[in-house]
Amino acid sequence: MEIITKFLEKNGLVFAFLVVGLIIYLSGIISEKLTNKKIPGSAIAIIAGLVLAYMGGIYSGGEKGISDIKIFSGFASMGGSMLRDFAIVSTAMGASFLVMKRTGWVGALSLFLGIILSFLGGVIVALIWGYTDAISLTTIGAGACTYIVGPVTGAAIGASSDVIALSIAAGVVKAVVVTIGTPFIAKYIGLNNPYTAMVFGGLMGTTSGVTAGLAATDPKLVPYGALTATFYTGLGCLSCPSILFLIMKLFFV
Amino acid sequence: MIIYGVAILAFCYVVGQIFGEFLGKIIGVEANVGGVGFAMLLLILLNDWLNKKGYLDKNTENGIQFWSQMYIPIVVAMSATQNVKVAISSGLIALFAGIVPVIICIVAIPFLAKLSKNTQLD
Repeated sequence: MEIITKFLEKNGLVFAFLVVGLIIYLSGIISEKLTNKKIPGSAIAIIAGLVLAYMGGIYSGGEKGISDIKIFSGFASMGGSMLRDFAIVSTAMGASFLVMKRTGWVGALSLFLGIILSFLGGVIVALIWGYTDAISLTTIGAGACTYIVGPVTGAAIGASSDVIALSIAAGVVKAVVVTIGTPFIAKYIGLNNPYTAMVFGGLMGTTSGVTAGLAATDPKLVPYGALTATFYTGLGCLSCPSILFLIMKLFFV
Repeated sequence: MIIYGVAILAFCYVVGQIFGEFLGKIIGVEANVGGVGFAMLLLILLNDWLNKKGYLDKNTENGIQFWSQMYIPIVVAMSATQNVKVAISSGLIALFAGIVPVIICIVAIPFLAKLSKNTQLD
């Protein structure tokens, strides 16, 4: 037994390929037999991934889901930002430059609107929960953008560590909600064409949520959503600790 | 050859990401600004150019296609490494601060999508 665990730890990435292959195979069967293909297999596989992440977190007490369990440590490489971004870039092969150019300015508008709306949403929730100081409100609002914007903003303006932790949690919740929710709401918001996908990516911003959600909805839409979403975290890190914080200081202490 | 495709993809990735890093530095944020986006645009342009020159054969293209087929498996692995526990256990405020913005933005989508469709007609 020990030989096997040691071997799997050492060959983590290859073992992760095997496990993910099995997850996708089983998800395909579930999709066909239990949901009559109404829920796409990839959506089920991604949700299964989230469930595994939760169980891994509970079991190991760590922060990186299932990859904190030693024999599954290869998930960290396979699902890490390097391979993820590499694969996202490759999806651009089938994308149309013309569509991107035409939707360009609406995409940019959706980015700014997405940051402001998410920020406001986070601030309103924080207000309801009794936070009244500009620093905490701004940090939680920034966390509502993405789980990177939150801690970057909080560190820049000097928020307390529990507020920063809260902002990260809010960002992770957002990523999870977008991942799971996208295939289900796609029909109702007309998310079936590259133009809407670009607007969607800009408004939601969370790269992991947007790209996973679109992958589960229609893989053809991934490059368009990813193109706008990739600017979101940077713009959020730019605007939250600066102009949005200054605006908050006008209204709160 | 397959490796040419992978190398072309890697070239776009490296150039785009480094550009994103510098852009972040220039505007003074601790994040990569649009690196993936620049890499994607570069790949589209390069692919177009190589196609016109006739430099792309099936195998070279397969080197890039492989990775776009691996995209969903990679996303599954990514979701299995998210900090889902903290998302669920941080209490209602984190839950609401994550969900409310999503709902607000969903409401804004049809409005913005209309704008982009109108541009299409021009």
